[in-house]
Amino acid sequence: MKFRLIPVAAAVAAALAFPAAHAQKKYDPGASDTEIKIGNTNPYSGPASAYGTIGKTIAAYFKMVNEQGGINNRKVNFISYDDGYSPPKTVEMARKLVEQDQVLFVFQTLGTPCNTAIHKYMNMSKVPQLHVATGATKWNDPKNFPWTMGWQPNYQTEGQIYARHILETKPNAKIGILYQNDDYGKDYVKGLKDGLGAKAATMIVKEVSYEVTDPTVDSQIVQLQSSGADVFFNVTTPKFAAQAIRKAFDIGWKPVQYLNNVSASKATVLIPAGLEKSVGVITTAYLKDMNDKEWVNDPAIKKWEAFMKKYYPDGSLIDPSNIYGYTVASTLHQVLKQAGDNLTRENVMKQAATMKGFYIDTMLPGVTINTAGDDFAPIESVQLQKFNGNDWERFGKVMGK
Amino acid sequence: MTRRELIVLGVVLVAAVALPFVVSNYRTFQFTLVLVYAIALLGLNMLTGYNGQISLGHGAFYAIGAYCTAVLMDKFGVPYWATLPVAGAVCLLVGFLFGLPALRLEGLYLALATFALGVSLPQLLKYHHFEKWTGGVQGIVIPKPEAPFGLPLKPDQWLYLFTLAVALAMFALAWNLLRGRVGRAMVAIRDNPVAAEAMGVNNSIYKSLTFGVSAMYTGVAGGLSAIAVQFVAPDSFDIFLSIKFLIGIVIGGLASISGAIFGALFIQFIPNVADEISKAAPWAIFGLFLIGFVYLMPMGISGALRMAVARLTRKRQNS
Repeated sequence: MKFRLIPVAAAVAAALAFPAAHAQKKYDPGASDTEIKIGNTNPYSGPASAYGTIGKTIAAYFKMVNEQGGINNRKVNFISYDDGYSPPKTVEMARKLVEQDQVLFVFQTLGTPCNTAIHKYMNMSKVPQLHVATGATKWNDPKNFPWTMGWQPNYQTEGQIYARHILETKPNAKIGILYQNDDYGKDYVKGLKDGLGAKAATMIVKEVSYEVTDPTVDSQIVQLQSSGADVFFNVTTPKFAAQAIRKAFDIGWKPVQYLNNVSASKATVLIPAGLEKSVGVITTAYLKDMNDKEWVNDPAIKKWEAFMKKYYPDGSLIDPSNIYGYTVASTLHQVLKQAGDNLTRENVMKQAATMKGFYIDTMLPGVTINTAGDDFAPIESVQLQKFNGNDWERFGKVMGK
Repeated sequence: MTRRELIVLGVVLVAAVALPFVVSNYRTFQFTLVLVYAIALLGLNMLTGYNGQISLGHGAFYAIGAYCTAVLMDKFGVPYWATLPVAGAVCLLVGFLFGLPALRLEGLYLALATFALGVSLPQLLKYHHFEKWTGGVQGIVIPKPEAPFGLPLKPDQWLYLFTLAVALAMFALAWNLLRGRVGRAMVAIRDNPVAAEAMGVNNSIYKSLTFGVSAMYTGVAGGLSAIAVQFVAPDSFDIFLSIKFLIGIVIGGLASISGAIFGALFIQFIPNVADEISKAAPWAIFGLFLIGFVYLMPMGISGALRMAVARLTRKRQNS
């Protein structure tokens, strides 16, 4: 560890002496005149293997970048290992990436428990853990964990945005909340309460939770109805989201429904719940959805499709995860472009933390990436959308930062 | 033990002690995990290999051991080495109690009962009334132990040597247990329970004790794994872990002490090899390895080695 600090300290000194990225070439392990080595873990096997397609999209993206000449004349070597969504395996693989493969940094490691397992290790080894693939809020903590950064809008931010919309459209709402009893559920509830501010205590009339092990959430929905709530904040994963929407409709409870982005899928939530029962449900989006009529002929989606066909022909053209992978890889592309010839871990973090109004054309218009030394949450804006019985319809301005 | 066996054992021991000083920290960490798995496999092998009871839920005991260690270290400030006896004792008790009713279940029915234990435990760990201790889905992060007495060792090297010492003690204990009266009784119950009973073996006590001791081994391994990985969470102990253990003892060699080590090497390294060969279908490659091993070495790796040695000896005697 001591030895590794010397080049880092030297890099800091150099960065201070020569401002801007035009300083001399500077490298940490994993970077050279010809190559940038990037590590990643993804669940290619195991219970969460559906997400493995993200890792494959990113690999395909950098294959394309390399064919087009690389980044600042350096080829990207994207090394991705299977962790099967098992935290101990993530630790093993992260250590392999850092200690044996000597990557410059790890990128898009997937899963909240998996990233928690390596959180401390990455920060102790001072190797960036960049743009992790989870929506937990704890990744935005530059003071205690200066080497870790999230990417997608986090759950608390999203909760705050629903709160703002409620305050604007229904200031006297009586809110009933159903949430999953874990970090993810609590993050959302905290965001909503923060957004409501002082009014939270009076506006929230009932909070009920469920366990992942519960068979149904029927009794919770009945409780919420009898509380007299006229706004329903639905913080549930897909199976429970479908149950909740259906049950509310069946017992004749007609609140304004806010559904978290986690369960915004028409295929896995709204169809099982019943499309006619889902009319009026409100959620958020930040990426273009290729299944959305509005974007079918969008040039960015067309470009993405051409990319998929050429570099990842096995990949699904209707899976939003593949847009996600493409967009997050584009973000990293920009970070490395900015880093120029100063490819130290310190500078990669610095560049990732100084993005201002960066837009990638697969994101919704108006959504941008913004970071700062004390703000490690790249995407904090989303747009609301309402289900019309057949499609999601976006409405209003892009909200958030 | 013959003289030759002693020499082999000595060489292996010297190599095992020297290992962390010649390989990288990351490899040292991997071999620490191999030792941890070896202890767990030895435990399962006592139950399945020697006693003939199939368990598909040993991941649960591994998880209980890991959580004992993590909770004791995190909430009660107990030093890491002192948590292992507790983890072992808790698992011994839980295993014994689980073994009592499970005795009435034979073969596949016992396998299903233990399977139920294996699938339900990760969910129980998320239960919100336990959250104060278990940390819920978030799990518990624990610090890495440093070498004591100012020994000039890196944390990874120290942890490896510590694990090696525990593993040696556990293996010595198992060796003593299995080659004597108790071991013979266990094997007798496996081969013919009625005959064993007739010989004066108390089947029910032996079976539940075997279950308890087996769970204790796996629990100690779980505790060591928590220290090595520095993190426990319900997602670390899914049902595939239990199946991996079963794969480990079959590939290593049923009813064989050295088989636990070979099995541990297999479950630690073959998935990585499979992942390197194909990202699209790592489990298909893993399956091919599995089928290959089962076909080529029906008695497990240790059985194949034993046969190879026997063949060589015979050849030498003939010539």
